[in-house]
Amino acid sequence: MQVELVSPEAVLFSGECSQVVTRTVDGDIAFLDHHAAFIGALDIGQTQLWASDGIVTLALNRGFVEVSNNVVTILSDAAYAADEIDVAAAQADLEAAQAAVAADADDDEAKAALAWAETRIAVASAD
Amino acid sequence: MASGQERILRRRIRSIDATKKITRAMELIAASRIVRAQARVRAARPYSDKVTAVIANLASAGGEADHPLLREPAEVTKVAYVAIAADRGLCGGYNNNVLRATERAIAADAAEGRDYELVLSGRKALGYFRFRDYRIAAGFEGFSDQPSYADAQQVAAAATELFENGCHRVMLAYTQFHSMGNQSVAIVPFMPLDTGELDEADGAESSAGGPEGGYEFEPEPAVILERLLPRYAEARLYSALLEASASEHAARQRAMKAATDNAEELKTNLTRVMNRARQDAITTEIMEIVGGAEALAQTGGAVDLLSDTIEARTADLFRARE
Repeated sequence: MQVELVSPEAVLFSGECSQVVTRTVDGDIAFLDHHAAFIGALDIGQTQLWASDGIVTLALNRGFVEVSNNVVTILSDAAYAADEIDVAAAQADLEAAQAAVAADADDDEAKAALAWAETRIAVASAD
Repeated sequence: MASGQERILRRRIRSIDATKKITRAMELIAASRIVRAQARVRAARPYSDKVTAVIANLASAGGEADHPLLREPAEVTKVAYVAIAADRGLCGGYNNNVLRATERAIAADAAEGRDYELVLSGRKALGYFRFRDYRIAAGFEGFSDQPSYADAQQVAAAATELFENGCHRVMLAYTQFHSMGNQSVAIVPFMPLDTGELDEADGAESSAGGPEGGYEFEPEPAVILERLLPRYAEARLYSALLEASASEHAARQRAMKAATDNAEELKTNLTRVMNRARQDAITTEIMEIVGGAEALAQTGGAVDLLSDTIEARTADLFRARE
């Protein structure tokens, strides 16, 4: 199936994939060829694309996914592959977010920042 | 002697030449930036197309939430304008055109008893409305050359805030980029979002063979729509910023090309005047020498020396004519 990963500023990935795994706000979901039409809101998490030249793992900071007619379109403001992630910056963000969450456990923004930092570190270190 | 005038002219020519070099450089820079700006406009299109298509699909799948961004106001008593201009001048009428159009629209609204709010992008827009004592709700500057998505998010957030706090309508005033030689000022409705445009996108989608069955949604369509609509507003604002930026560079290139051409013409004319002044000076000088030589020849002294001088000055004269 055709997969398009689109950010507001550019098309980040476009190509054939055999499988796509991503995380909606309700949980992980996988798409194989000829998946039924689907629209979902994505959470902060990892997305994996089984491309012809190997598995691409990306850190996604929210977004949307649409599947129709064997085309998977992922819209995201921020999507980074492992080699695009600044681990030191992510680590710094992680510590700042941990401190913020510790100070106020109900701070949703801090929790999101924490999840985003963890995701980036996980993607970067998995490579 | 007339060489004083010649010196003044020479100085003016040199200064015009320096100005010409600057305007020429600015023209070339603007020309190269248009190409880049156009590429960015193109690169941003897939995202905004996709977001529009997804919203259209959501809406047609019954996700038609009663979202404020989709609700047509019953009555409009306050309109917010988002005006996009440049940070810098030297681009012909680019800034003035869009800012005057905005001012006219505000005046037209005032005639119908509607109040206004202003969100401005670009230093020139801020200067223009501040000078005329308008109320400015929010101003942004520093990115008109190369707007990023984060910049668009800031401006969109300011517009959304006004929309949620008393403005019934938000209009977007910017310069549309049709081609290198064709840009036009447009004031288009921004919020509430144009549902007609969504229907259109929906039509295009279904003609391209929409989904066989209905969509599955995760989570509820209304929840997705809730999250998607702000993105749509941002994407539209982003593409307006990019188009305005491409238009700015095109306007600057045209203005600088005209300035370069004018400098060239001025230089040619002044050079002509300067040469004539120099020739006049030489002619006068030769007449004086010849007159003096004749007077001396009658008394019969220093003829050789004088004829040498005359030859040298005549050669000068012919060189100048060439």
